[in-house]
Amino acid sequence: MNNIIFTNSLRFIALILIQALVLNNINFLGYINPYIYVLFILLYPIKNNRMLFIFLSFLLGLTLDMFLDSGGVHAAASVTMAYIRPLFLKFSFGASYEHQTVKFSNTEFGQRFTYITILVLIHHLILFSLEIFNVSQILLILKKTLFSSIFTVLLSLLITILFSRKSK
Amino acid sequence: MQQLLNFFIRNKTFLLYVLLFSIAVFFTIQSHSYHKSKFINSANFLTGGIYESVSNIEHYFDLKAENKKLLEENNRLKSLLYNEDQTLRIDTLTLPNYKLIPALVSKNSYATQNNYLTLNKGENDGVFEDQGVITSQGVVGIIANTSSGYSRVISILNTNSQINAKLKNSNHFGTLKWDGKSPFIAQLTDIQGLAKIAIGDTITTSGNSTTFPKGILIGTVKNFELSQTEDTYTIDVQLANDMTNLGHVHIIENLDINELKSLESNE
Repeated sequence: MNNIIFTNSLRFIALILIQALVLNNINFLGYINPYIYVLFILLYPIKNNRMLFIFLSFLLGLTLDMFLDSGGVHAAASVTMAYIRPLFLKFSFGASYEHQTVKFSNTEFGQRFTYITILVLIHHLILFSLEIFNVSQILLILKKTLFSSIFTVLLSLLITILFSRKSK
Repeated sequence: MQQLLNFFIRNKTFLLYVLLFSIAVFFTIQSHSYHKSKFINSANFLTGGIYESVSNIEHYFDLKAENKKLLEENNRLKSLLYNEDQTLRIDTLTLPNYKLIPALVSKNSYATQNNYLTLNKGENDGVFEDQGVITSQGVVGIIANTSSGYSRVISILNTNSQINAKLKNSNHFGTLKWDGKSPFIAQLTDIQGLAKIAIGDTITTSGNSTTFPKGILIGTVKNFELSQTEDTYTIDVQLANDMTNLGHVHIIENLDINELKSLESNE
């Protein structure tokens, strides 16, 4: 139990620092950045206190907003992502989620891919809609959402594969 | 009453979500209006400190380029001093009093719609809201928030930013804005339709506000078009500063600001 708290606190701090200091300076093709901090929400233990989880996600987003001077866009996107996560856990992992036996390192690649992709797309769509905040620029919102999502999903998958401790 | 309580307990997760989401949207809307994001900004002890310590390391890597810039500026200033010694002395008597405070950029962004910079100087160094920020090449932005040791700058590359500007050789005034597209090009709007404009003309600050002195370089005309009613021009301005690569900046303190403000409030 202590171990879980320790890993997640470490992940929280590390992801914020990496995001604010490294990844936000990439600006690939002028505007494409990966938002890898969502890994905290994606990988948070499934057996959890839901209220605490939602609150932590909000705090994660808000801290990042403070670093990036972006008002509350990351907080809004993160808290939504945390709230709807159970729905997509069920959708992607099916029966094994209902029995609460899902461990991310043991899931199939395809299932993990759908889970990450859907949640990242929703997160980025809210993020960029709020950031640009202008209906007439809907094409720009969709373009940013699509390209940044591809970048984020790729990096998330790479990181989860690199850091998974598979005991075979 | 019992039923109401039950309702709250049953839907507590949803209610918490709605509450937190509304707070986030509130902060977002606040950040979209000029000068209002007081709570969530990077000019505080924690984020300012982290950015400063990282940028201290980063600045070692562009020492050479910074040196070159300084040398060029020194060169320009010295040639001014030797050639126009007399006029300079006369001008300084009539100019309002300005003081420059040197600062280092700890954090810079240019990829979003509303970009901000964080500087390593704050109230302790005499930096306050509404002071202008420039480099040796041109205008950077305006101070928006300050803490004791750090300050946050609204960059020119911010869709909320508005800076008074004019054509250097004809004194036609307009407002410099940014459309959120390219970090190298800003838009000068509301220039009178009678003005004569040519591609390559210089755009400078107008001196109409207390923020910037008159005649600080902003950029050059890249492209221009007349509005449909043919009474105003919209000009694409190629910025003189490379906003994607900023190191040392100067903060402009207007020493007459209290006098000017009390004069204006008397009207």
